[in-house]
Amino acid sequence: MNGVHDMGGMQCFGPVRPEKDEPVFHAPWQGRVYAIYRALGAWHKWNLDASRHSREVIPPADYLRMSYYEKWLTAGSEMIILRGLVTRAELESGKPAKGSVKAIPPLTAEKVAKVEAVGANARRNIPVTPKFQSGQNVRARNMHPLGHTRLPWYARGKRGTIDREQGVFVFPDTNARFLGEQPQHVYSVRFAARELWGDQASPRDAVYLDLWEDYLEQG
Amino acid sequence: MDDEKVSVDRRQFLKGAVTAAVAIPALADDSNHDHTHQVVPSDPALRAKALESLLVEKGLVDRAALDALVDTYEHKIGPRNGARVVAKAWVDPAYKQRLLADAYAAITELGYTGIQGENMLVVENKPKLHNLVVCTLCSCYPWPVLGLPPVWYKSAPYRSQAVIDPRGVMREFGLDLAEDVEIRVWDSTAELRYLVLPERPEGSESLNEEALAGLVTRDSMIGVSKVAPPTGGKA
Repeated sequence: MNGVHDMGGMQCFGPVRPEKDEPVFHAPWQGRVYAIYRALGAWHKWNLDASRHSREVIPPADYLRMSYYEKWLTAGSEMIILRGLVTRAELESGKPAKGSVKAIPPLTAEKVAKVEAVGANARRNIPVTPKFQSGQNVRARNMHPLGHTRLPWYARGKRGTIDREQGVFVFPDTNARFLGEQPQHVYSVRFAARELWGDQASPRDAVYLDLWEDYLEQG
Repeated sequence: MDDEKVSVDRRQFLKGAVTAAVAIPALADDSNHDHTHQVVPSDPALRAKALESLLVEKGLVDRAALDALVDTYEHKIGPRNGARVVAKAWVDPAYKQRLLADAYAAITELGYTGIQGENMLVVENKPKLHNLVVCTLCSCYPWPVLGLPPVWYKSAPYRSQAVIDPRGVMREFGLDLAEDVEIRVWDSTAELRYLVLPERPEGSESLNEEALAGLVTRDSMIGVSKVAPPTGGKA
């Protein structure tokens, strides 16, 4: 989806404002929101790509105004309804529906350290022949899917060179919509800054993107 | 057919998001750091509290697990981990070689594995080559070595400008690179996470690994700054 989240190359947002001695969370609720959605992930009702997409569909003005964890809260609240963990009535009333059976949380405090240390790898160790090789010229497809995609707008239609093959990974465009993993090769693709931005960019500079095979065609 | 399903989902989502947005006062934006110490809880704080109570009551989350997750990222996982990786690479050429060849395995040697660090790449800065990491689409960041990202890394100004004007962005952080330095910007569009290996500063020759780790900043491992030489003149 060509959304406001796909902001690489925009010039309207003003200067970067680093904060000195920044805390990990700026208020206790931010830590709680972070932890809530990480813990809910243990129910396996959605995946990383689906949760990213849930934030991308926040209306653009809200997306730009909301803080990071407010986006998690807003998008996550919709996700838990959509995937059946809670009903909208429960979320609005703050009370479990009458007669609902209490569940047992899959993530307990004792399991946290292990879950964090193991992670959740999107790499799939399956044999698939790569379509492209290092050094090969490619072009990022000029595509505009309505759902989730990880091919940024600024690279579409641009020519680059395969820098290296990164392995086989779950394809976000289908995985985000619960339509299957469709594992495929990911490549680090080097785009000259001038190919992306024209003469105003330095002739030496480059931007590297990790792109799935379905995003690429022969260059 | 699938598109139709998605668009229905999206409509439902938007309806919900609008309902939620109506209840959000403008002052609730915590990205305004001058106002973080509010006496009255901001609206997201109330919503988060109500959500947590509901989820605990339904048995969907365990409160102690939430405490443990917050504690992990506030106290255990952060840029000190990455700094130790960098310092070791500076003093141990064999380790540096392993780190550049297979970052995941080399970082695992120090125990910094886990979520959002399952597939790691380390990119090395040199006198004529500088690396900068961004995630233009969201907030991808190597958690096991750097912790959770700072607000500026997730902000629209950084995400938008890092790819089109990396030199300008670095100047905002006080780093002015010469024209003959090649800049490589790494946009974290897939599940690979990047750590910049900064250059060891001059004047740090006599420092041991631990002291070197103390010099390494988070920003230098993202690539918006360099590691400054040790202060105090004792080197």
